[in-house]
Amino acid sequence: MTGKARWLAARLGNAVVVVFGVATASFLAVHLAPGDPVRTLLGPQALTGTVEQVRHELGYDQPLLTQYLRFLGSLLHGDLGTSYQLQEPVSRLILSQIGSTAQLAVAGFVLAMAVAVGLAIATSGRRPFWRRVSSLFELIATASPTFWTGIVLLTIFSFHLNLFPAAGAGLRGLVLPAVTLALSLVGVFTQMLRQGMEQALDQPFTLSARARGVGETSVRATHALRHALIPVVTLSGWVVGNLLGGAVVVETLFTRQGIGQIMAAAIASRDLPVVTGVTIVSAVIFIVVNLVVDVVYHLVDPRLRTEGRA
Amino acid sequence: MTDNTAAAPRLESTTSGWSTRIRPGIALAWLVLALIAVAVLWPALLASHTSDEVDVVHAFSPPSADHLLGTDRLGRDVYARIVYGARISVTVGVGAMLLGLIPGAVLGVLAAAGGSRIVSRAVMLVADILIAFPGILLALLIAAVLGAGTVNMMLAIAFSTLPGFIRLARAQALVVRESDYVRIATTLGTRRAAVLVRHVFPNVLPPLLVMATVSIGTTIIAGSALGFLGLGPQAPTPEWGAMLAESRDFLDVAWWTAVFPGLALTLTVIAISVVGRDARHRIEGSPHAGR
Repeated sequence: MTGKARWLAARLGNAVVVVFGVATASFLAVHLAPGDPVRTLLGPQALTGTVEQVRHELGYDQPLLTQYLRFLGSLLHGDLGTSYQLQEPVSRLILSQIGSTAQLAVAGFVLAMAVAVGLAIATSGRRPFWRRVSSLFELIATASPTFWTGIVLLTIFSFHLNLFPAAGAGLRGLVLPAVTLALSLVGVFTQMLRQGMEQALDQPFTLSARARGVGETSVRATHALRHALIPVVTLSGWVVGNLLGGAVVVETLFTRQGIGQIMAAAIASRDLPVVTGVTIVSAVIFIVVNLVVDVVYHLVDPRLRTEGRA
Repeated sequence: MTDNTAAAPRLESTTSGWSTRIRPGIALAWLVLALIAVAVLWPALLASHTSDEVDVVHAFSPPSADHLLGTDRLGRDVYARIVYGARISVTVGVGAMLLGLIPGAVLGVLAAAGGSRIVSRAVMLVADILIAFPGILLALLIAAVLGAGTVNMMLAIAFSTLPGFIRLARAQALVVRESDYVRIATTLGTRRAAVLVRHVFPNVLPPLLVMATVSIGTTIIAGSALGFLGLGPQAPTPEWGAMLAESRDFLDVAWWTAVFPGLALTLTVIAISVVGRDARHRIEGSPHAGR
């Protein structure tokens, strides 16, 4: 028990250090980069007096250490600074947009999982032809960049068939963005599930289920699938990265609300507080998800417990 | 192709028909890569038009004999722009990979076998922090700070590939460190630096090179994503991601300006990943041997 507590404490401590590191890295990226951030913000035509005034207003004239401590202090209060362009607190901006992104991410994830589970159940351990069809699909899905699959879907389903709107909220507006995001995950999901399934179908528990007269579909959908789903959990970090990174592209492409959209707009206007704010929030989401998965995995899988104690 | 059909029956009789069955795919992948290499080095050999021939009268003409893949809003040949655009995408992809691989390998080996606990801790902390930026976001942050441009794009992406290389190099170096030849070299009194350079590095490299090959696909996609978001080279430089971004406003009138640059990108990435997987299988043994 003490071993487990110690492991948990170490894991938590590591997460805190990494969050701190992420904040520091973001700060350094902005402040140590070549070029004057105020000058780039205002453009080359700005008068020196204006530049100095804005520099003072933004606190860029303070020593770096003072700026850093102030940045960390505000961060602890959930203050991510103020957007240059919108003159609004970055944290409020992110809060107002994150729901839309979460909706998109969840829809994309569920869709990808559903298709992957279906494909894995249908093709695992089948004739080589079907496996090859499935691996070809996996290869193409993994290699196609989100911004391209999205454009192709838009061209076909919005502009030529008029089935779904090219932009907009609501359920119909969610379909194409979610499918686009799902396509970026489905290849890897299917590949991993299929490998796990094929391994599970060779296991004694499958044989015993079959011997008890359980039907083939049921053997696959319940017994083998459960076994195959476990390793997919280790992908969670990659999945979160793909969903959040993908949201930037997908939301831009479909002019959909969300933190990806404000990130892309902030990049275009060099609104650095928004860029760092979104990056830090995304990194924290990523770190928390990884932490939770790690802890749950540790608690669920008894094989890992002894390792933690050692 | 004929080579493969001739080889197929002979190998069908053995148990492992699988590895030979996908040979046509690998040959095709190499062919695609060869074409891309030509496009990067001598684009004029593949395209009769150039990438910046403006011909507004023939703007948005659909694919035809004169313009194989149609023209864009300025009447520029889409096929020529794709061919000329290969240079930027491949340069950014390979450049970013190298900028991640080289420091990653050095840092990873130092962390595992450098002999300093502080260095080791520091390197792993850096890797942990860099890896905590999800997906493309670190590259976006760095590119946003540095501003648009080809070199900045490369640097930005290199940072996001760095932690993967550090971790793999470290893991591999930890194994190599315990091997007999390194122990013997150390026992014989070879200096640590010499052991690292002469014995550890060469043996850490093969798996890193495989990962590097496969990662070119990822870095090329990341590069085009930055180009798509306006962080790549400025117009009129042909770049696949920027071409896609430009095509967005004309999807209803000119689908070819959107579909073909993305197809080129996807085919490139598929070819790289097929060749990379093949290389991995050759180095690590057959795909099923280990399982």
